[in-house]
Amino acid sequence: MSSHAHTGGSTVHAPMAEPSGFIRKYIFSVDHKVIGIQYFLLALTAVVIGIVLSLLMRFHLVWPNATLPFVSGGQMSQEQYLALVTMHGTIMVFFVLTTAPQGGFGNYFLPIQIGAPDMAFPRLNMLSFWVTFLAFVCIIAAFVVPGGAPISGWTGYTPLSGLGEISGPGEGWGQTLWIVSISLFCLASLLGALNFIATTIDLRAPGMSLMRMPLTVWGWFVTAILGLLAFGVLLAGGILLLLDRSAGTSFFIPAGLVVNDQLQPHSGGSPLLWQHLFWFFGHPEVYIAILPGMGVASHVLSTFARKPVYGYRAMAYAICAIGFLGFMVWGHHMFVSGMSPYSGFAFSVLTMSIGVPSAIKTFNWLGTLWGGKIQFKTPMLFALGFVSLFVSGGLSGLFLAQPAVDNMLHATYYVVAHFHLVMGVAAIFGIFAATYFWFPKMFGRMMNEPLGKIHFWFTFVGAYCIFMPMHFIGIAGGIRRYADASAVGFLAHLQPVHQFMTIAAFITGAAQLFFLFNFFYSLKFGPKASKNPWNATTLEWDTDSPPPMDNFGGHYPSVYRGPYEFSVPGAGDDFIPQWLEPSQVARAK
Amino acid sequence: MPSTIVTEEIELIHADKGPGGGNFAGDGGNGGDDGDTGNSSGGTRVPQRAYITGMIIALAGILMFFMAFVSAYIVRKDMPNSAWIPLQVPRILWLNTFVLIASSFTLVRAHGRFTAKDEEGFRHWWATSTILGVLFVVGQIIAWHQLAAQGIFLATNPSSSFFYVFTGAHGVHLLGGILALLYVQFRATRKVARGTAIEVVSLYWHFMDGLWFFLFLLLYLGR
Ligand code: HEM
Ligand SMILES: [Cu+2]
Repeated sequence: MSSHAHTGGSTVHAPMAEPSGFIRKYIFSVDHKVIGIQYFLLALTAVVIGIVLSLLMRFHLVWPNATLPFVSGGQMSQEQYLALVTMHGTIMVFFVLTTAPQGGFGNYFLPIQIGAPDMAFPRLNMLSFWVTFLAFVCIIAAFVVPGGAPISGWTGYTPLSGLGEISGPGEGWGQTLWIVSISLFCLASLLGALNFIATTIDLRAPGMSLMRMPLTVWGWFVTAILGLLAFGVLLAGGILLLLDRSAGTSFFIPAGLVVNDQLQPHSGGSPLLWQHLFWFFGHPEVYIAILPGMGVASHVLSTFARKPVYGYRAMAYAICAIGFLGFMVWGHHMFVSGMSPYSGFAFSVLTMSIGVPSAIKTFNWLGTLWGGKIQFKTPMLFALGFVSLFVSGGLSGLFLAQPAVDNMLHATYYVVAHFHLVMGVAAIFGIFAATYFWFPKMFGRMMNEPLGKIHFWFTFVGAYCIFMPMHFIGIAGGIRRYADASAVGFLAHLQPVHQFMTIAAFITGAAQLFFLFNFFYSLKFGPKASKNPWNATTLEWDTDSPPPMDNFGGHYPSVYRGPYEFSVPGAGDDFIPQWLEPSQVARAK
Repeated sequence: MPSTIVTEEIELIHADKGPGGGNFAGDGGNGGDDGDTGNSSGGTRVPQRAYITGMIIALAGILMFFMAFVSAYIVRKDMPNSAWIPLQVPRILWLNTFVLIASSFTLVRAHGRFTAKDEEGFRHWWATSTILGVLFVVGQIIAWHQLAAQGIFLATNPSSSFFYVFTGAHGVHLLGGILALLYVQFRATRKVARGTAIEVVSLYWHFMDGLWFFLFLLLYLGR
């Protein structure tokens, strides 16, 4: 610590005392690092549940008549299958893909990377986490209430989701809990977004101009802006939906609807109104899931290629452009809803225009790799995997973006394949890259490299084996959310493809044990990590592993240069950290 | 890397500390909102402007929340088969609106008194604003009662549904504002400088005032 005391621009303070007592330190902590880990562990729990649900689905698709021990009646009903679909999607999208990259890593590393001692509003931060936790409890409770989990999908389409028990098991209590859970989640995410934005704007260290922020920070920052503007809309939608269900209003339920032979007492609502509200949130949400991953990919690629990010400014602007355009394309989820062809055309053109910033990012990732001295460490492998999956999944989006083509492909497995590659697996790869990359900083120990590589190859090949064939099922007309396609004439012959995907899914799922083992084993037995094990340049590597309570042990860093000064010609080392004063930079002999 | 390239490039690395976020460590010594971590002297320090930034951001989020309702209202109203029966808004809303706008003016007065270091005057005008705010909420509840007396409830018609949703959601936000006003009146804020607290609460209050004016126009003119 004292070695920092003399560095010119830094300010020195007495290090902040840690709160004593288990509860203040680990449970109701206001320390952004503890909260980040709490979010991360929440997501880890959620992802295990989500994977188990998906394996059950894959099993059912291939052996629909199998007798299962834990299912009442022995065989899984179609409603139970739909409940699995709904809960898998909801848990994965909200509690994994939104929670881990932003709540987890964003919380932990955004303040450190900009040289701040904490978030701007630490107690608000704690509140965000605990409300998210409450939301998670609600969604899990949906499994055990009478009627079980809801069946209306992660998109909660009305009128199915708006009627209550009459429209199916799980549509009573289960659906109510779903709405409550999502609304709480929205609230928590709004508070979190507020904190992220204020922190990035006002708490940057001296010298940390916007254009010196690591691209990870850009990712979290823009994600927070998207969250701020999108979650409120879903919250509003959720409130209206709840009123439709419990107060007898008719926002989303049309008149004359007969369900289960009963006329529903509603008048003149619009199911499409829900779709608009949902997708106005839903499309930004997919970028909320992926933008942090993009930041991590840029960060990790640069570090392990020992090269500056190619076109840093373009990368930052591309993130902003994607975020901005992301608010104008929600209609592409509704091409078949009977919208005017003119709107369809507008949404189509706007959607495809997102391909431009996406392509900028992709080419710049390749440019970053070009001619680099690449070190194939595990985080690097996952970052490379991220790029691969993002491209593979993004390309199918361009087909879906054309209304004429989408008429054929909407609600088929083609869409499922698209979003699993580009959002599901790519974002998960971003999370894995981040985990392997920052584990040493967060827990002070290194993860095991060989195990990490085995984990990568199984997961990478496995993901392609699961989701590539899925495109073909979609093109052949395989409809998503069907509980049992084996009885559908024109799909029956595709069952072997389903079998292949199911086997791949089980192997890939099992391979995650490599990760879990590696994670928990390394927590305890991994070799001790130094301050800067990857020879990286950003501020989190300027402090101990794990960092002290106030992040920098009583001194506040100053920033002297951009975030990715690797292999600078004439420099003695192949990296120049952001915190190094110019006079301290070693020169080549 | 060819070794013939020598030192000059290193000088190109900008050493200026540029326009960063600024030095939060030097700002007044008012800690963040976590003052109870048990150590105030070295605690997290947050520049006062972060509270203003935070409020502006929060208002952007709140605006989106209400705009979702508003867009739903506009879409739902003009749909074919919407079963929409225009709602005659209770006349007391005129009075309520007047009261709320007046509260904004008194709040500006209060702020002015505060800058003039007139604590007495500040407390007086601040309290006046709070009372006007409470009157507004009471007025809104009366409006609800009047509607209920006519047999118009939440689920009676889409127009009444939206009326209750708008007034309800706005009312909840306004109650939060009243709590904040009371807090500033009666409790010393520990970590936020008084001036900042006053500014932040005023921002919120004026926003809620403007938002209500907009919603009122929508309910009245956009029936
Ligand atoms: C150039 C890039 C992209 C284009 C042109 C594109 C286009 C589309 C279109 C047109 C659909 C609607 C298909 C339908 O329902 O019929 C769709 C669905 C979807 N996309 Fe993309 N997409 C792109 C990138 C992404 C990215 C980056 C993500 C996530 C990170 C993503 C996530 C999703 C999801 C989750 C769905 C389906 C949601 C559902 O119906 O359950 N897409 N995409
Ligand atoms: Cu979309």
